[in-house]
Amino acid sequence: MNSALYSLIGLGAGVAFILALKGLSHPKTARRGNLIGAFGATLATIAVFFYERPLHNVGWILGAIAIGLVVGVPAARKVEMTQMPQLVALFNGVGGGAAALVAIVEYMNLGSEATTAEVIFTVFTVVVGCISFSGSIVTFLKLQELMTTRPVVFPGGRFVIAANLVAVIAVSIWVVTALGTTPLLTLGALSLLFGVLFVLPVGGADVPIVISLLNAFTGLTVAASGYVLSSTLLIIAGTLVGASGTILTRLMAEAMGRSLFGTLFGAFTAKPQDSSAAGEERPVRSGSPDDVAILLNYARRVVIVPGFGLAVAQAQHTVRELADLMISKGIDVAYGIHPVAGRMPGHMNVLLAEANVPYDQLAEMDEVNPTFSQTDVAIVIGANDVVNPAAQTTPGCPIYGMPILEVNQASNIIFLKRSMRPGFAGIENELLYDPKTMLLFGDAKASLTKVVSALKAL
Amino acid sequence: MDAIAIISIFTLAVFVGFEVVSKVSSTLHTPLMSGANAIHGVILVGAIIVADHSENNLELGLSVAAIILATINMVGGFVVTDRMLEMFKAKKSGSESAGKK
Repeated sequence: MNSALYSLIGLGAGVAFILALKGLSHPKTARRGNLIGAFGATLATIAVFFYERPLHNVGWILGAIAIGLVVGVPAARKVEMTQMPQLVALFNGVGGGAAALVAIVEYMNLGSEATTAEVIFTVFTVVVGCISFSGSIVTFLKLQELMTTRPVVFPGGRFVIAANLVAVIAVSIWVVTALGTTPLLTLGALSLLFGVLFVLPVGGADVPIVISLLNAFTGLTVAASGYVLSSTLLIIAGTLVGASGTILTRLMAEAMGRSLFGTLFGAFTAKPQDSSAAGEERPVRSGSPDDVAILLNYARRVVIVPGFGLAVAQAQHTVRELADLMISKGIDVAYGIHPVAGRMPGHMNVLLAEANVPYDQLAEMDEVNPTFSQTDVAIVIGANDVVNPAAQTTPGCPIYGMPILEVNQASNIIFLKRSMRPGFAGIENELLYDPKTMLLFGDAKASLTKVVSALKAL
Repeated sequence: MDAIAIISIFTLAVFVGFEVVSKVSSTLHTPLMSGANAIHGVILVGAIIVADHSENNLELGLSVAAIILATINMVGGFVVTDRMLEMFKAKKSGSESAGKK
């Protein structure tokens, strides 16, 4: 294959990626967009095998791709819907790791005739790739709840981070001027540490925003390695992801009513919460499935607010059954979807779509909030932070300023919860102690099943 | 490649990247992030190029590791995105049989 043809194929793949992102931005074309992206990536990968001359080490290359396929495809196929966010985080992390490794090998090959620009871009890729890798691993651990989901802040944390950042910059300059493998590996280690320190203070609910940011970072590293390897395709693909990822990060932060800065550094500046208010034994009103069924039976309008608990319990089909039953009884039913309910924006839409919930029953936050005052019953299923009035009333609490679903306006509130444990953000919810709130403890699916049969019996 | 060409490509790609996703509903944030995530898996091409250039076992070993990671990123990313979007499609048809899993 000649080099012009190869470049044209690269251009074709670049166009495919643009069409992919464009397609993914609209519900109707999203799936096709993703397939176009996959097609472009496959095309680019195949083309590189035919570039100018046969590749060296083809056996190793094909073997490594086979291993990647054997690991990646089943992981993506088998993952539960609830665990999808952490899988995306993990995929992003390995992408960053791959970019860093590519840059390290390239660095060893640079030789003395390398231009300063090439060295700088290589070093940039190592630094940001390592940050993206270790940062993504920490977000994975947080989402998988292998470590605490709360912000991890230690005394002097911000000075440690600042010192770490200074060290990364200083060693980068050292690597660029001195050229050597030891400084480069030192730099890699420092960058890995920075990735960890950078993500640790981020609170649970903000983790998706950080994943999106790290995704944009990885995109930029790919663009930088494209410069070093003189690959237009890598420059285009990486830049596209970097730019769209930055916009997406901002959109996600806006949907949560957060500034990006506040998300990343909020834990350092926020006043420590007085958790003393979490008086152990405050009275709550808990009810039985029959109580809930009676309440629903005489309601005219019911709003269902799903959250992560629904996903954990895989209760999406049962909740639809309940909704259908209520509709057959002439009750007006809507689902109130908070943009960040669950662990990622759109998580609930995906989950309810799986249970074939009609699209017109899903109401976005702005749509449903004005209707709560005419709503007889709001059923909150495994959600907490997204309905917590503290976001409106308690300045200084970690979710302050986040728009919430105002279920507190409804005449009755039913919480389906497993326990009194606070939500992902780790904040007490006053609404649980409200006199018009009834709690139904237990696994969401089991509770809903009981409510459905109780309601049928009425 | 000369610097001006690269800067041109980079700048145009930034604007295209901003433009294509500037209006997207929150419903699609997750699949879009996941899809973009898969696209940067194309670093696989870079990993293959450095594997081709490798002159010793250390370099080859690192390149092979990079290829494995990049393949996981790329293929896993597209597959998981497709799975998310599959559920949106099931909804549109509205048929009862979509609980096929």
